[in-house]
Amino acid sequence: MIETQNLTRHFTVNKKTVEAVRGIDLRVEAGEMVALLGPNGAGKSTTLRMLTTLLPPTSGTARVAGFDVTTQDREVRRRIGYIGQGNGAGHSQRGRDELITQGRAYGLSAAAARERAGELIASLGLTEVADRIVSSLSGGQRRRLDIAMGLIHAPGLLFLDEPSTGLDPQNRANLQEHIRRLRAEHGTTIVLTTHYLDEADHLAERVVVIDHGRIIADASPERLRSEHAGDRITLTFDHAEEARRVAAHPPGLIEGARIEHDGTRVVIEATGGARLVPELLRILEKENSAVVSVEVVRPTLDDVFLNLTGRSLREDGADLPGTTGGKDEVA
Amino acid sequence: MNTTLIGDTLIVFGRELRPVLRDPFSVVFSLAQPLFFLALFAPLIPAAGGTAETLQWFVPGLIVMSCLFATSSTGSNLQFEMQTGAHERMLVSPLRRPALIIGRALKEIVPTFAQAALLIAVTIPFGFRPDPVGAILGLLLLCVFCVGLGALSYTLALASRNQEWVFWGVQQTLLFPLLLLAGMLLPVDNGPEWLRVLSRFNPLTHVVEAERALFDGRLLAPEVAAGVVAAVAVAAVGLFIGTRAMRRATG
Ligand SMILES: Nc1ncnc2c1ncn2[C@@H]1O[C@H](COP(=O)(O)OP(=O)(O)OP(=O)(O)O)[C@@H](O)[C@H]1O
Ligand SMILES: [Mg+2]
Repeated sequence: MIETQNLTRHFTVNKKTVEAVRGIDLRVEAGEMVALLGPNGAGKSTTLRMLTTLLPPTSGTARVAGFDVTTQDREVRRRIGYIGQGNGAGHSQRGRDELITQGRAYGLSAAAARERAGELIASLGLTEVADRIVSSLSGGQRRRLDIAMGLIHAPGLLFLDEPSTGLDPQNRANLQEHIRRLRAEHGTTIVLTTHYLDEADHLAERVVVIDHGRIIADASPERLRSEHAGDRITLTFDHAEEARRVAAHPPGLIEGARIEHDGTRVVIEATGGARLVPELLRILEKENSAVVSVEVVRPTLDDVFLNLTGRSLREDGADLPGTTGGKDEVA
Repeated sequence: MNTTLIGDTLIVFGRELRPVLRDPFSVVFSLAQPLFFLALFAPLIPAAGGTAETLQWFVPGLIVMSCLFATSSTGSNLQFEMQTGAHERMLVSPLRRPALIIGRALKEIVPTFAQAALLIAVTIPFGFRPDPVGAILGLLLLCVFCVGLGALSYTLALASRNQEWVFWGVQQTLLFPLLLLAGMLLPVDNGPEWLRVLSRFNPLTHVVEAERALFDGRLLAPEVAAGVVAAVAVAAVGLFIGTRAMRRATG
């Protein structure tokens, strides 16, 4: 469905060159569901915009849905859907009109476009606002309208640039459900970018981690986790002295794991850590180290990112919706 | 799934026109505009033959001017849609690139047809005598020219991106000299030599002269041929530059 070779895009800003995308080689098969994950400015949108013919590559090639994005751009456009990072509906338009126009643009007859618009309005919960002027809609309602527009022609390949940004949890769940159904019913190939770590985790079978315009990891969320981050086991003891002793002379079982010690707590990061816990507790009990509590946290994709780059996806602050959305999953 | 350039253009045109039709106040307001020009400028024009002759000269130019104002600002609406994601969404659809430009330009032209009709209706009692066939041909010729102008305005919007003041600055700086040089509101015949030469190089001059000939009913006059050439050339150049700019835009 998608095949890129050394796809590269530079921008010139104030006479300086910004290397937004630096040689991406990506292959996506029909029916796959891929999430592009990366911090702000990593080059996710730029990559998507090249794949959707919106931006000519500086160098390298990309074939999408069987056609070259630079020389056969119209053929590509006919076969894909794209939900951009911005709002796609005109402010002075009405949602339903925009949906119908969008359907017509993809070659649907007026009647078919109207019918399809009606279906999507109902299923995305837009019935009350579809006939209002777009500038009067809330951010989340506009986002759902964007999604409806991207789906109107039931494309075989769908690109979504941060589709769920601005949606409340219920609507995010609803969107994820929609995406899953698209795949199940139509076998749609889906490429999305997201800041929500849990979304990438739950939705995609394949996560492509992008940083500074390069792919730095590409695997299923489980593989990424097991290869690039371990489970985190936090043991709390009665006395700091005990914690120190355990940290200094860890049982052989957790040899090679990363061990940190802080007051009465010992934090152990180990692959497959959850399965080690029962045995670990037995050993510690034999050694007369009284464990007061145990907490096991499965690694998040943020931990993966942290281990890959030494930076957290979340650290650059409040404008990152993932800060609250992708909070720890506790096993 | 087979679409045509005309079909695509109608889709874009329909989309653009819808909000205008829903807001009749703005239409009524824009209708009145050329009437002000008529009332304020017509009395200033030196004409030997009295009011009727003045109108015969002035009204076609005024019609061209309203169309010019409207289409040269096409890009401004686009700028707003570029800032949201609406333009991007249209670009990523299979709609043909020229249709995106022509549809937008036509939306600006249609209200000027209403303006033209009003102007004609108001001036007939004062002796304006437009040739019906010529008037219709004149409006079609104007469409061709204004599609080109709309395309250039579109290009300007792409080039100036999110800086509205750049767009308006360039638009005003270019539009007014073109307007004055074309002898649209005041004749240039009595101007100095350099002004008259410059005026000959302005495609708009030929379009305005063709309009005057057509409204007079001189359908086969040489001015008409020159006007057609000028309008087609502007349309072709505009669409070429516009679609190219759209492909290259990094927005
Ligand atoms: N049109 C443009 N002109 C100049 N620079 C650009 C342009 N678009 C993107 N860039 C730069 O390219 C880099 C990658 O941007 P891009 O939008 O692809 O990031 P992203 O991964 O989508 O980030 P975000 O998560 O914030 O959406 C950034 O440094 C950005 O400033
Ligand atoms: Mg982005």
